[in-house]
Amino acid sequence: MPTDATPSTDQPAPLSVPGTLARLAGIGVVLLFVVGGFLYLGGWFSPHELTPARFVNGFQKVFGIHSGFRRNHAKGMCVAGYFDSNGQAARWSKADVFRPGRVSVIGRFSLPGGNPYVADTPASVRGLGLAFRPQNGEEWRTAMIDLPVFVVNTPQAFYDQLLASKPDPATGKPDPEKMKAFLAGHPETVRALTIIKAQPFSSGFENATYNSLNAFRFISASGTSTPVRWSVVPFDPFKPAEPSQPATQDRNYLFDALIARIQSGPVRWHLIVTAGQPGDPTDDATIPWPEDREHVDAGTLTLDQVEAEAPGNCRDVNFDPLVLPVGIAPSDDPLLSARSAVYSQSFTRRAGEKKEPSAITPSDVRK
Amino acid sequence: MTTDLEQFPVSMRFLHWLTAAMVLTILGIGVAMVASLADYHQLVSIHRPLGFLILVLVVIRFVNRQFSTMPAFPATVSSGERFIAHASEMLLYTLLFVQPLVGWGMLSAARYPIVLYGPLHLFPILPHSVMLYAALRKAHTVLAYLLFFTFIAHFGAVLFHTLILRDRLFSRMAPYRVPAR
Ligand code: HEM
Ligand code: HEM
Repeated sequence: MPTDATPSTDQPAPLSVPGTLARLAGIGVVLLFVVGGFLYLGGWFSPHELTPARFVNGFQKVFGIHSGFRRNHAKGMCVAGYFDSNGQAARWSKADVFRPGRVSVIGRFSLPGGNPYVADTPASVRGLGLAFRPQNGEEWRTAMIDLPVFVVNTPQAFYDQLLASKPDPATGKPDPEKMKAFLAGHPETVRALTIIKAQPFSSGFENATYNSLNAFRFISASGTSTPVRWSVVPFDPFKPAEPSQPATQDRNYLFDALIARIQSGPVRWHLIVTAGQPGDPTDDATIPWPEDREHVDAGTLTLDQVEAEAPGNCRDVNFDPLVLPVGIAPSDDPLLSARSAVYSQSFTRRAGEKKEPSAITPSDVRK
Repeated sequence: MTTDLEQFPVSMRFLHWLTAAMVLTILGIGVAMVASLADYHQLVSIHRPLGFLILVLVVIRFVNRQFSTMPAFPATVSSGERFIAHASEMLLYTLLFVQPLVGWGMLSAARYPIVLYGPLHLFPILPHSVMLYAALRKAHTVLAYLLFFTFIAHFGAVLFHTLILRDRLFSRMAPYRVPAR
């Protein structure tokens, strides 16, 4: 048979009109089914489910849109330095960063909330994002805060608490009834707040302990998985914050003190890795692990450079807690995947926006 | 000996169905992951290597196509339709080539490490620039939707030919051997 046009004698008998219509309808149904399947996967039929986009809309509802800034932890400043690993953590994790040696690090100190110009206060929660950058092209990113436990243990609870804390336009303060209702439904948050209130805040960024709070898993060279949490613990001695607002007019007094501290010499932290025992919760960031858990001091983090947020530095990095090297893996904590998804959404939105100057400007950082 | 000339060569049919399965899967994973908090990490970890495999496969497919003899269209396919079919095939090849490059490029511009699997990762192909990232991230969405609608048009046209015109168009690419009548 020739390879070109098929002879018409091979054509089947023509379809009847109803037959044609039935087949056309069948084709339509198949195509609709495929399109509908994709819409279903994309969440179009579940408009009340919490998605990364709706989560970030929630931040914007509470804090407004500040062009170019993070939707949470909006106020911040860049730092850089290095991590000297002593090899102690290598028995739990085969990650390159834990082999003895030095790895370069960039970081960002921040205050929570979506307002990039919020005033520093003694009771401001402090955040530290770090990116460890070993030579092999891998990265280990972590975003930590100086609370001993997190206030919620599910993404939905984070979102509900966020909206409950939205200031009432009439009073400028959150509606206490809403917060009361939230706490009534979240005993784990009440317990976490008790733990948090029992611990005094430090006086500055430089003498605070920053905690991963979420659990992760370290994977050793032999494949053993160890549940862990980590903290960076300051060399600078702890000094409690003054209970009342300092007399200073400086809205950035915490940041300015850190700038002065770094310019007087490198600031150091121990990287402490704590291993959980079977039964220690890995999926609940509101519950502390018992004090006596085995831990190692994995090495020293040194931050010796400070910079205002600018193009290409920490401003333009997403400290996604699930950017992990081989040897560190996520735990079953539901906050982790949610954080990764929401940080990505926040990063994508701010990346394309016009950038306004940060609260901490290059002139604040100049000696 | 000429009985199965009506079909595309085995290599082209194999690559066609392999790509089709992978592309439908990655489109599904893509739309699901950006709407999910719980499964985001797991899905995006599959999305990256699968997208890269599609890039490799589409290059192999394109090269293989240059070396293959393709069956002629049935007479029921008019010259206008032939042009549309050819253009839509080229559009599909282009999209399947450009889309993974945009994915790779946008992660480079955002300065993420681009992990495929374990220690295996891709080198950055663009400098760190969040504005560039934002533009490419948008392009990745637009191209994904364009790809999806091109696929729907392609699928619809094949169904129309096979079920209404009954010209055995599907048999040409069928994953099994179809003897000529
Ligand atoms: C589901 C829970 C959480 C949500 C939805 C959330 C949301 C966010 C968002 C949207 C950002 C801005 C991301 C960007 O644009 O780059 C951010 C930053 C940050 N978050 Fe969270 N967060 C959560 C839990 C946590 C926890 C448990 C910690 C601490 C252990 C934490 C610490 C930080 C820090 C330190 C930053 C600033 C990082 C930087 O400087 O870029 N967050 N968060
Ligand atoms: C043929 C290949 C590919 C197709 C069809 C595809 C499709 C998609 C789709 C449909 C989305 C969701 C878009 C949205 O709704 O906004 C998406 C997002 C994404 N894709 Fe791809 N993709 C491909 C290749 C790649 C490659 C090779 C990479 C990286 C190496 C990649 C990385 C991503 C990332 C990081 C996201 C977004 C995650 C976020 O915004 O949080 N894709 N892709």
